[in-house]
Amino acid sequence: MARLRGLGGAAFSLAVTLLGLLFVTFIISRVVPIDPVIAIVGERASEAQIETARVALGLDKPLWQQFFIFVGNALQGDLGTSIRTGEPVIQAVTRAFPATLELATLATILGVIAGVPAGVLAATRPGSLADHFVRLVGLMGYSMPVFWLGLIGLLLFYGVLGWVGGPGRLDAAFDMFYEFEVTPYTGMILIDTALAGRWDMFVNAISHIILPAGLLGYVSMAYISRMTRSFMMNELGQEYITTARVKGMPEWRVIWVHAMRNVMVPLITVIALSYAYLLEGSVLTETIFAWPGLGSYITDALLVNDMPAVLGGTVVVGVAFVVLNLVSDLLYRLVDPRAR
Amino acid sequence: MTFDLTARRFGLAAAAALMLGAAPAALLAATPPDALVIADAIDDIVSLDPQEAYEFSGLDVVNNIYDGLVELDPSQPTGPQPGLAESWEVSEDGLTFTFKMKSGITFSSGNPVTAEDAAFSLRRAVKINKSPAFILNQFGWTAENVDEMVKAEGDTVVLKVDQPYAPTFLYNCLTAGVASVVDMKTVMEHEVNGDMGNEWLKTNSAGTGAFILKSYKPNEGYLLEARQGHWRGDAKVKSVFMRHVPEAATQRLLLEKGDIDIARELTPVDIEGIAGNADLKIQKDVGGQIFYLSFNQKNENYKNEKFLDAMRWAIDYQGLADTVLKGNMVVHQAFLPKGYLGALEDTPYHLDVEKAKALLAESGVQNPKVVMDVRNAADRMEMAQSIQNTFGQAGIEVELNIGEGAEQLKRYRARQHDATLQSWGPDYPDPQTNAGSFAWNPDNADEAKVGTLAWRNAYDPGKLNDMTSAAVMERDGDKRKAMYEEEQKLHRETSPFIVMFQIGYNSAMRSNVSGFYTGGAIDSAAYWLVTK
Repeated sequence: MARLRGLGGAAFSLAVTLLGLLFVTFIISRVVPIDPVIAIVGERASEAQIETARVALGLDKPLWQQFFIFVGNALQGDLGTSIRTGEPVIQAVTRAFPATLELATLATILGVIAGVPAGVLAATRPGSLADHFVRLVGLMGYSMPVFWLGLIGLLLFYGVLGWVGGPGRLDAAFDMFYEFEVTPYTGMILIDTALAGRWDMFVNAISHIILPAGLLGYVSMAYISRMTRSFMMNELGQEYITTARVKGMPEWRVIWVHAMRNVMVPLITVIALSYAYLLEGSVLTETIFAWPGLGSYITDALLVNDMPAVLGGTVVVGVAFVVLNLVSDLLYRLVDPRAR
Repeated sequence: MTFDLTARRFGLAAAAALMLGAAPAALLAATPPDALVIADAIDDIVSLDPQEAYEFSGLDVVNNIYDGLVELDPSQPTGPQPGLAESWEVSEDGLTFTFKMKSGITFSSGNPVTAEDAAFSLRRAVKINKSPAFILNQFGWTAENVDEMVKAEGDTVVLKVDQPYAPTFLYNCLTAGVASVVDMKTVMEHEVNGDMGNEWLKTNSAGTGAFILKSYKPNEGYLLEARQGHWRGDAKVKSVFMRHVPEAATQRLLLEKGDIDIARELTPVDIEGIAGNADLKIQKDVGGQIFYLSFNQKNENYKNEKFLDAMRWAIDYQGLADTVLKGNMVVHQAFLPKGYLGALEDTPYHLDVEKAKALLAESGVQNPKVVMDVRNAADRMEMAQSIQNTFGQAGIEVELNIGEGAEQLKRYRARQHDATLQSWGPDYPDPQTNAGSFAWNPDNADEAKVGTLAWRNAYDPGKLNDMTSAAVMERDGDKRKAMYEEEQKLHRETSPFIVMFQIGYNSAMRSNVSGFYTGGAIDSAAYWLVTK
């Protein structure tokens, strides 16, 4: 019963969050002092053509009516048609989102793999060389602009050393025939090529994703390691840790089992936040790496005032945020009996 | 011990991360030998339906998958050449044009090309009435009458026009993408809700061109596949793969590494950067877009010809082209871009501050102040700042009003600007496209909403109106050319327009690539001649 109530509450908060998101985005899109119609019909259009376009877009209707039409359609999975490309937004987003998801997921995995141990290392040896090193590396991840790191990374690892693939998700030789040779079950190239048994493509895809994912993973690691360090230091000062040590428990067990279990709770939030941030699509990284993800889709649309595309993209990001919140809620319950 | 264990874990994690990073090292491939790989920003594509496409990138695709009755041939860029029609003639009264179709040509579907397909395509353009339809509407074709005006008779297509226009005007317009011939049968099989197959054709192809459209993903790229046994001779490459790469630095890197064959959006800095690289070469070309200043003649000052002349001598055309606009623009001072019939290529004006000052004194305009609308794009702002500086030297104060493009366009269209720095790209490969806008305004009243550039600047072209109308009707090609030359001279000396630059294209490519034709100012890219 409690679980049902929990789920109901979650569904309700999801609905309210999404509606609020739609509302705010919609209002912003309508108050910007740019006439979307001129952007569409172009410089040569006559007054009559402008008016026709205005009616066709439903922009002649009252604002509240436009909003309800938009929400109604969105509920039926129709996010409208992109003004710029003429493509249904849902179709474009279905293609762009997995690219971002794949990148963000790998980046988060790398960020956690590197960030958590680094944070723990720093926390267990405060003031040591290792601690300073972790902090320095973290600080660099925090403060260096990611597009700059991206360009330097590309120049070095792709341009000079040739260790990784270049911008794009695959080499041209694979990319051009990809859609004819691999069934896009998930839209994530690593998964789809593995399912299709195309290991040549899989390896090539790895070579392309590793640099942007490593880069975003580094930024995410900087955040995660810093937070892990502070959570862990906090836990290590607690009495139950002293008790465990006094009882003669091995130190690795004290840290990785006893303390870690408590660190996990706030850490899940940190990881989820960092993951959600990456899911918005890291615009600059996507642009530099010619990565056809959600971030570049929304930004490109924004630049030409393609509001259906912006709204649609924003809704997807919103849903991803809410879902991540739900998942981290569920994870809390798993790791923390008090939350059950 | 404690430290060791945690450190070991940490080390493992780091090693795992490193392994992931280093694994795929040796697997980089160059572009496939039989495929041409191009990087460009193609997010301007709205549709690949030839009767709707009206953007640079879309028209590049259309040019390679469709043919028209007459065409601009990259190997003979002297004017319209036979495309799907082998010959044509015009009646005595100049109102009827008859095109005889070539025989034995097939669409990619295998269907033979007939006169009916050609007539259908032109009628379709008028009926679906998308952006480029006006190019054909100029001949008096409307959705109501086009079935009568455009007909197939046996193996000929008969086109009737409402007035005896210059034949070259029609031929030039027929080389535009909107006049491409589509496969009637295939297209109509995909008709939905009376759209004449528009929805389907946006992302599919049904033409006679050297390539077929294999796939298209907006903002990602497209793949063209060469047809076997093409009537013009097979393309030299089997496929063309276009990757949407918006960032110039990224394009450059891909090109240097050999992961693409051609990069089309490099900045002048990148072009300079690759200049010494023996593996690469740069092909320079001009596009159709021109950049100009215009002055709203609602402000009486701008009717003063001496004052306008003073401003013409107060711009550092060459200085700009050599520095901030280097590689991006060339100096051009007439409303027809180089490449067009009759385009004037001489550049009589240069920066001469003393002359400008003298002219300003003669004009009698006291303490002039120009409020100039400028779009917030880097090259335009740099142009504007230089103009502000040199105008200032000549005693003309300039206030820059920098803003978002669409908003400025709105002010311009409503005749609310004082002066503006703008660009203009021609609509179709005939001089009328620019003459009809820069030098034609039959009714200068606010309510008339003529919409041409002359009207937007409240400019009554007077004699130029008649010259424009006469040139578009002149049936002798040479005379017509001479008329446009004369018109441009008069326009640049008397109008409130100062044309300054024509845009330049820099295509960078691997040195083994040859035969790439960008289309220049009047045409679109052709891929079928490219070898690598």
